[in-house]
Amino acid sequence: MEDTPDFRKLVIDDTAYQTLHTTKFSKRKAYAPPDPNKILAFIPGIILKIHVTAGQRVKWGDSLLILEAMKMKNDLTTPRDGVIKTIHVQPGQMVTKHQLLVEFE
Amino acid sequence: MSFSQKMKDFFSKRTTVQKGGGDKALEKQVAMGKLTARDRIMTLLDKDSFHEYDLFVEHKCQDFDMGKKSLAADGVITGTGKISGHPVCIFAQDFTVAGGSLGLMHAKKITKIMDHAMKLGIPLIGINDSGGARIQEGVNSLAGYGEIFYRNTLASGVIPQISVILGPCAGGAVYSPALTDFVFVVDNISKMFITGPEVIKTVLGEEISMEDLGGAKVHTTITGNAHFFAKSEIECFDQIKKLVTFIPWNNRKKADNFPPKLPRASFEIEKIIPADPSQPYDIRNVIKSLSDDSDFFEIQEHWAANIVIGFARMNGITIGVVGNQPLVLAGVLDVDSSDKAARFIRFCDAFNIPLLTLVDLPGYLPGVDQEHAGVIRHGAKLLYAYSEASVPKVTVILRKAYGGGYIAMCSRHLGADFVFAWPTAEIAVMGPEGAANIIFRAEIAGAADPNAMRKQKVAEYTEKFANPYIAAANGHVDAVIAPKETREYVIHAIEISEHKSDPRPRKKHGIPPF
Repeated sequence: MEDTPDFRKLVIDDTAYQTLHTTKFSKRKAYAPPDPNKILAFIPGIILKIHVTAGQRVKWGDSLLILEAMKMKNDLTTPRDGVIKTIHVQPGQMVTKHQLLVEFE
Repeated sequence: MSFSQKMKDFFSKRTTVQKGGGDKALEKQVAMGKLTARDRIMTLLDKDSFHEYDLFVEHKCQDFDMGKKSLAADGVITGTGKISGHPVCIFAQDFTVAGGSLGLMHAKKITKIMDHAMKLGIPLIGINDSGGARIQEGVNSLAGYGEIFYRNTLASGVIPQISVILGPCAGGAVYSPALTDFVFVVDNISKMFITGPEVIKTVLGEEISMEDLGGAKVHTTITGNAHFFAKSEIECFDQIKKLVTFIPWNNRKKADNFPPKLPRASFEIEKIIPADPSQPYDIRNVIKSLSDDSDFFEIQEHWAANIVIGFARMNGITIGVVGNQPLVLAGVLDVDSSDKAARFIRFCDAFNIPLLTLVDLPGYLPGVDQEHAGVIRHGAKLLYAYSEASVPKVTVILRKAYGGGYIAMCSRHLGADFVFAWPTAEIAVMGPEGAANIIFRAEIAGAADPNAMRKQKVAEYTEKFANPYIAAANGHVDAVIAPKETREYVIHAIEISEHKSDPRPRKKHGIPPF
C-alpha cells in the first residue's frame, strides 16, 4: 500500500470504511421507481408497426405497437385506460431493452 | 510392399497429418500471434511425455461435397502426457483444420479422451480454439457438443477439469469450459461468447468488438467466467503448470505434499493490520505471512476482488484459502463474491483440500442493485458450500465479523472444525456505530448533546461487545490467539484433522441455490 491507492468511503451500518471501490460498484445506477406513464421495451428488437397516435384515447388491452424480437412479433398492449401523450419511436426503428416507447398523459 | 516401404509410407502419412492444415495455415496461425495446437501441447507438457491417439481419425460427412475433403485428425489433437510428472489427458483443437470446427468424429475424439481421464482418474485439459460447430455436419455436430457437456458434468468433482481458451470459443462451445473447474484465458487471443458481435448487431443494432464483448479481460474482470488471465500463451501454460501442483489427480486422492518451508518474509502482522476496523489493508499480505515460502496462488484475482481465493501450502500441505479483502469494498459479501467463494469451496471439498478462512468483513453490501440481483440466493451459495464441505475447515477471525457475514464465513455454526480469533476480533451482531444507534436510540435522541451521548454509547458498546471474548465464552471460538501464533495453530489444526470423518445424510445430491 506504499503507492497510496485512492481510498473511498463505504458506509455499512453507520460505519464509514476506507476502501477501494470496484468499477461495478462505481457504475451502479441510482434506483428509479417504475413510472406507470411510461411503456418501455421489455426486450431489444425492431418496431414493426405502431397502432396508436399521440392524443389518442386507448382502453386496457388495446394494441400499442408490434415489437419484433428474436423472430417473434410481440403485440404490446396498453396496461390501462388513458390518453397517449407521446410516441417516442418510429416503425423500423431498433430499440434497446428498457428503451422508452410510448408515454401516457 | 516391402517392410521398409510400409515404414516409409507410414512416416510420410503421419508427418502429413501431424501438419494439420498444412504449412500455409500453420504460418497464418503463428502470424495471428498464436502457437499451433501441437506446439501448445508440447510447450505445456513435460518434454517427450506426450503420446497421441486417434491421429488417423477421419470425418464421415458426405453432404455439401464434404466427402471429397480430408480433414487432418479431424481438427483436434488428443492424447496423454505429464505436467511436472503429473499425468493428464489432453486435447487441443487445431484451428488450421477447418477452423477447428467441431464435427461428429472431432467430438468423438474428445469424448474418448474424456472417458480415458475418468477411468484413469487423472485431470483433463482442454485447449479450445475453434470456430464452432461444423455447419456441414448439422445435428451431428450438435450431438457432439452435447456428449462433451454430459461428460464434463459426470466428471465434475471426480477429476479436475481445466479449460484453456486460446482462440474463439463461441456459441454452445463455451458451455464445455463453463462446466469445468478452471478456465484460462490469454489477452487478445481468447474470445468467449454465446452470441457474437455479428448477431448482436443484426438483432440489436449494437456494435461491439469481439474483444470488448468476450475477450480475456472481460471474462476475468466483469463476468467471472474465467479464472486466470495471462498476457501470453507461455505465461498461461506456466500458470497451468503451477495449478497442477496444488490439486490431486482425482477425488480419491489428496494433493501432493511438498517439503515444508517457512514463510519467506516474516511479516509483522501487527503492522499490516490497522487497529481501527474501518481502515483497509491487503489480506493477501496476511495469507503470505502464513503460507510456506509466502507463496499464494490466487484465483480470479481481478473479479469480485472483495473476496480473495486461492491455493497455498502450510507445512507442505495444500490448502484452499478464502479471505475477505478489506482493501476492496471493505471486504463485504455480495452477489459476485459469494458466487466466487462458494464455487471454490466446493472444488476444495470435492478434491480433499482443507479450507482456511480468514475473516474480516462488515457484512453484506447494501443496495437496490444487490437485492434485485438476488443477493439472497447468491449469498446462500456461500452458506451452502461451507455447510456442505466435509474437508477440514479452519477459521481465523482477524478483526470484524459482524452479523450475517460472521455466520457465512465458515463460523462454528456452519461446521468449522476450529475457529480461532485474534484479540483484535470483533464478533458482534453489527459494528458498534450501528448497534449503538439502534439500542440507545431513545437515550441518544433525548440527550442534551446527542453527539456526545452517541460517542459515549458507541464507546460503551465497543468496550463491551467488540471483542472475541463473548464468542469465546460461549464456545463459538475455540481459542483466542496472537497473530504470531496463527501459522502454528492452523498447521496443527489441519494436520490433526488429516483423518477427519464427517459423514453426511445419504442423498442423491443436495440442491444448492444456483
